[in-house]
This record gives sequence, structure tokens and C-alpha cells, in this order.
Amino acid sequence: MNTIAVADIAHARSGDKGNRANIGVVAFDGPAYLWLKEYLTGQVVHEYFQSIGIGTVVRYELPNIHAFNFVMDEALAGGASRSLRLDTQGKALASALLELRLPAPTHDKEAS
Amino acid sequence: MSRSIRIGNGAGFWGDNLDAPVALARDGGLDYLTLEYLAELTLAILSHIRLKDPSAGYINDFPELLARLQPILADQPNLKIVTNAGGLNPTSCALRCSPFLSDSVIGVVTGDDVLSRIPDWLQQGVLLNHLETGEPLPHELADRFMSASVYLGGVPIARALSQGARVVITGRVADASLTLGPALHEFAWSRDDFDRLAGATVAGHVIECGAQATGGLWHHWDQLDDLAGIGYPIAEVLESGNSIITKSVGSGGTVEVGTIAEQLVYEIDDPTRYRTPDVDVDLTSLQLHQLGRDRVEITDCRGVAPGDSLKVACVYRDGFTASGLVAVVGRNAEAKARAAGQIVLDRVKRAGFDLADALVECLGAGDVVPGLLRPENPPREVVLRVTVRDSRKAAVERFCREIAPLVTAGPPGIAGYASGRPSPKPSFGYWPCLIPRTFITPRVEVRPASEWKL
Repeated sequence: MNTIAVADIAHARSGDKGNRANIGVVAFDGPAYLWLKEYLTGQVVHEYFQSIGIGTVVRYELPNIHAFNFVMDEALAGGASRSLRLDTQGKALASALLELRLPAPTHDKEAS
Repeated sequence: MSRSIRIGNGAGFWGDNLDAPVALARDGGLDYLTLEYLAELTLAILSHIRLKDPSAGYINDFPELLARLQPILADQPNLKIVTNAGGLNPTSCALRCSPFLSDSVIGVVTGDDVLSRIPDWLQQGVLLNHLETGEPLPHELADRFMSASVYLGGVPIARALSQGARVVITGRVADASLTLGPALHEFAWSRDDFDRLAGATVAGHVIECGAQATGGLWHHWDQLDDLAGIGYPIAEVLESGNSIITKSVGSGGTVEVGTIAEQLVYEIDDPTRYRTPDVDVDLTSLQLHQLGRDRVEITDCRGVAPGDSLKVACVYRDGFTASGLVAVVGRNAEAKARAAGQIVLDRVKRAGFDLADALVECLGAGDVVPGLLRPENPPREVVLRVTVRDSRKAAVERFCREIAPLVTAGPPGIAGYASGRPSPKPSFGYWPCLIPRTFITPRVEVRPASEWKL
């Protein structure tokens, strides 16, 4: 199966609120948004981040700006003031999510 | 075309680019310069500073910045400044600023600091459950609170401006309120004109993190001109509630629909209910339009009445922490680094300290986001980072002394200890909760700078 990285069709930014992290993913265009809507589900993101020990993931949709917001519980091992991790504020999570691989859009010759 | 005001944000956090606010004030054609300094973590640091000196606990960069802004303020008599630099001590901040504002009026917004009221509230049975987990606040933990600050909104800022303040200094306010306050003052919107309040709040949310709206963190970073001279964001807020996000002509970076969209979803929860003290905003209704180079218009913002509660950010002391770094090179660098980290922790244990919490990270081997971005080939160079926390300072101090011996007694290829021994730092915990809005009365004091003296 041909695959693409999320980074091939979207850009992203992440940050913290307490011990919660959020990742905003913005699709490059409308078709990319619809593709991500189908394949970049909350469950896919939850499974992808299993190794960092996250709780629930909720996906919110912002079709008006072709974006999704993933809110991840317990993603930061205690939050900015308490976590022992180098990335206490979840700034690296967006770059990590952009490396997640999804099935390639079949109609898109650019992606392979 | 409805009337508009230009609000530029020259700081997105404490520690941001020192020259940005000067360049923005000089070149931005601003009506208002805002400076946002208070991340969640910042309160913890300020509470520690205030503990050592009761007259401190504000952002001391701000009076220094004012000294540099003096000639610009003289050249631009209509330029005003709104900032949360007051931190945990806005009044002290105003005292420190007064020498640099000889002919100006300073407004101070307080009432956000509720630390002294927490014990009474607990006694009265007010629930201060954790906002994320719902967990009830243990009394033992409340006793260790070092700060408790409620998020105030834009209304007291507007009041200070309407009483003639040129510089408004607040403590904790919602970040976007630094923009909403001036808009409320200038346009005299009704407090229940929620769509317009939402519009200014969205503009404030977009510019609150400074260069993140103008090309900072942008995925086309390698195609941008002059990131070293990146322009900080300006919101032209219109009376209609719409806004145009832009930056100074000639500054670096970019303002595009994409940079604005990415910032809109930064550090938010449910986008249909972006909560602030003045309005709950629906971020899924608004539209972005590229009007021209470095100009993006935001329209169709929708808002509804905010809830009956206000958010309180509490910080408690939680022992000590320290972190040590060394480079590990050569073959099996990752395995050597992990072993060296374990040696350090074993040594501390043999010294009689069972550390409450410890973490070994191998940077360069995929540990920044644990397990997700492993290198394709075994790295021949990694950074070992060992971090601990414990309630006993002595335990953390002992840890700090166990990094150096690795250089002679650990695996081969360890370098970089020359930067020195780490030292224990206070560790903090964060307890966000809600309180009824009726508990809080913001206070606004407006006086000529010369009267803000001890």
C-alpha cells in the first residue's frame, strides 16, 4: 500500500494546557482536509502516541480553516511545571504527528 | 470602512525577543503595544521569586523595556501599552515603571491574586476540584499553594484606559484580554455584543504568542526572508469586530492564511467553545481571507455569553528538581548513555537516597517524544539527560554530584561536563480550578506616574 506522511498534506503546531497537550493540524487544502477527516481519526492518533503514555484523545473539527484539534489527556507526564521530560510543554508532539504515515490518496498523483 | 485600531503584540512569553517590542513600537504605526508574559509556568517562577522578596514577583524585563521605549513614547504621544507584566505584583511593577513614564498615567489592574482567600473558601465548602481531572483539592496541598491567580478579562483593562491610563499593568488576565480591553475601550461595545467581543478575542488569541502568527514555527521556514528580523504581529481590529492580522513593512516572516490557521488551533480545547472571562468564542464559524501580502482578514466570529465561573491557576511547591547533561559518543552510544544514566541513579541510591522520581533520556535516540522518532541507524552521538525530583533538597544535591564522576568512571566516550555541576531548583505543581464569578471584583487604580511612588 502506498503511504504518505501527514506532513505531505498538512502542517501542525502543538502546545500544553496543564497536563493536557493539544495538536492543531491544518490541511493544505480542502481535499487534504477530507482525507485527514477519514484517516487521521482520534483513535489513529491515540494508537500512534501510545508509547508516550497518553490518556484519551478527542478530535475536534474546524472545517472552516481545514483544521483539526487533537486534545490529549495525560500527555505530558505531569505538565510544564512538574514533568521531568525535556519537552515538558509538548512542543515536539506536532512534529512527531506529522511523521505518522497514512494511506496515500489514490486520486493524488503527487502523493506516493 | 469602519474605524479600526492597530494593536501590536511584542512579547509572547517571558524570555521572548528583547528587541521585538522596540521594533514593533517604532515601525508598526500602533495605537496599542501589548506585551504578554505569563505562561502557566511563569506563575510558578514568579511565586518563587516573590517568596524571597515580597516586593518582587513581576516581570522585571518590562521596566527595562520601558526605559528603551521612552524616546518612542515621546515621538508617538498616542501610543499606549497594555501588559500583564504585573505578574503576582502589579503594584510593585508600576512603582518600578514610574521613573520611565514621567508625563504619563499608569493604570493597574488587580484583584486576580486570590491566594489569601483560598483557606476561607475551603472552610466554606467551596469546591476547588482540579479542572482536568475533577479530583477534589487535598487540604495538605492547598497549604502548599504559593500563588492562586484568577484569570480576569478585558473589562478592567478598558476601564483603566477610559480613566486616562497610557500604560496598563495587570496581573493574570486571559491572554486575549490584552487585545479585547483596548477594543472595548475604543469602540464602547456593549458587554453583551458577543460577536464583536469574539472578534477582538480571536484577534487577541492570534497575536498573543508573538511571532507564532507571523512565520515562527512555519513549515516553510527555509523559504522565509530574515527570520532573525521576524516582525511581530499586528491586529487591526475594526469596529465591526472583524480584524486584519499583519506585521510591520520590511520585517521578516510571513502572514498567511496558514500561519493564522495554525495559531488559531494553538493551545485550545473545544474550538466551538474557546472560553474567556468575557465571551465564549466559536472558532468554527470564522473565515480567513488573504487580502494581500502579509494581510489576513478574520471575519464571521461568533460568540456567546461566558459561563458563571472563572478559572483560577494555582501553583504549589513540590520539592526540588535537577537535570544533568553529558554527551556520549562512539559505537553503542545509546547503550552507553542509558547505562551511564542508570549508574548515576544507582549511585544516589547507594548514598541512601531513594529518589521519588527520576528519568533517563537519550536525546538523539528518539527520547524527546519517547519511542516515536527513533533514528534510522544507530546514533554515534547522543546526549544523556538525567532528571530527578524529590522533596528532600539533600537528595537532589547528591544527585547533582553524581554526574561528574561519569567522566572517569563511566563507559568510554563521555564528554561535555565542562559546563559545570547542575544545582537543585524548586519544583512546582499546577492546580487549575474554577470559582464562581461573583467571588471576584477586579480593582482598577489609575494615577499619574509620579504618584506611583513608595
